Amino acid sequence: MDEIAALIEPQIPALRRYAVALLRDREAADDLVQDTLERALSGWSGRRRDGDLRAWLFTIERNLFLGTVRRRGRRGIDVGAEALEQVPDPGADPEAVMGARDVLTGLDALPEEQRSVLLLVAVEDLSYAEAAQVLGVPLGTVMSRLSRARERMRSFLETGRTGLLRRVK
Amino acid sequence: MSGDPRPVGEDDLHGLIDGHLEPERQALVEAWLRGNPARAAEVSADRALRERLRTRLAPIAEEAIPARLRVANIRSRHSPITGRWLPVAAAAVFCLAVGGAAGWFGHAARQVPTVTLARTEPATDDAVAAFRTYVVEAVHPVEVRADEKPHLVTWLSKRLGRAVTTPDLTAYGFRLMGGRLLPAGSESAAMLMYDDDHGTRLTLYSRVGDADGRTVFRFAREGDVAAFSWVDGGMSYVVTGRTDEARLLTVAQAVDAQVRGLAPDRQQP
Repeated sequence: MDEIAALIEPQIPALRRYAVALLRDREAADDLVQDTLERALSGWSGRRRDGDLRAWLFTIERNLFLGTVRRRGRRGIDVGAEALEQVPDPGADPEAVMGARDVLTGLDALPEEQRSVLLLVAVEDLSYAEAAQVLGVPLGTVMSRLSRARERMRSFLETGRTGLLRRVK
Repeated sequence: MSGDPRPVGEDDLHGLIDGHLEPERQALVEAWLRGNPARAAEVSADRALRERLRTRLAPIAEEAIPARLRVANIRSRHSPITGRWLPVAAAAVFCLAVGGAAGWFGHAARQVPTVTLARTEPATDDAVAAFRTYVVEAVHPVEVRADEKPHLVTWLSKRLGRAVTTPDLTAYGFRLMGGRLLPAGSESAAMLMYDDDHGTRLTLYSRVGDADGRTVFRFAREGDVAAFSWVDGGMSYVVTGRTDEARLLTVAQAVDAQVRGLAPDRQQP
């Protein structure tokens, strides 16, 4: 029992950090982490012994997040829907949304898959192979998403405009 | 200069930014950047971004962990797994039999009027075998493709002698590819295949079962393949995929919600 807690609990700060970056809402982020931990505990004996625990936890967390965003999208609740690439820009004035150049605001303008790869690699220090595991894509895809994410973020930090970024591509 | 003679690539630049390069390779990449000032400026901006992100998010990871996230506290709660942080509809009822041996873990079992524990389910073995055979198939993964869905549904329903439906899983990122008919002893089974944008495939296997009523969800893993199975209204259902169980479970719940309405049709000839 305590052995599992000793393995999982050191990962909780990182799981919270990733959740906040995805959701931008502290309460919702901790709810997501709690669900992640519940899933991890119920699936503990089924996990791969040779797999990386951290990558496994991030995978559960991200899939729970994606499941929610998709469900919300389907039900027409628009909270958090900006996380989906295909959701159109709701006509926000690029000049008006400038505000302070919070780096997280720039991050929000990225498609979720680019946002996640950047967070997992640059903030959570996952290796590219671990990031590939979490995202369920080949290594080459991780590298190309990382390139696109960094390119868009450079553009954001230069101009401060998320509206401009959305037109790129 | 270095033991690695390959020309500098995008992966090297990311490796440099994220600190994943061996010292020799790093020296080579840095030398290359000195001759490419434009790229060097971008790398420098990317490094600055990395630092900004880390600094911005660091305080969260430095906070004390809320008591409710302690593993011991999570264990002691018996709340349904599907969370409070999302407005999820009707959390389906399930139990996990992890690895088939670890026993049953009931979650919200009170919502099931009658819970029948199934014996070992041969349907799961057959479904996993079919999954392994057909999911790797590049040319003919299915017999009848999704663009002929009305025909697919009519045909499978006729052969199984029971109403077969094609659950809509687009909300979970999976599109119907099509389906095929499979032998199942003296009877027939239907297998539908779905895939997502990343080429991940999963199957829904169904056949007339010998058990009535309704069983809880049952989880099985065979190597890298995971399956959730259950019986409802005299039909056995198995959702199989090479994906993590959390995602597979949400799919299984969605399938269950969509096929449950079919149970009354069982008297149909």
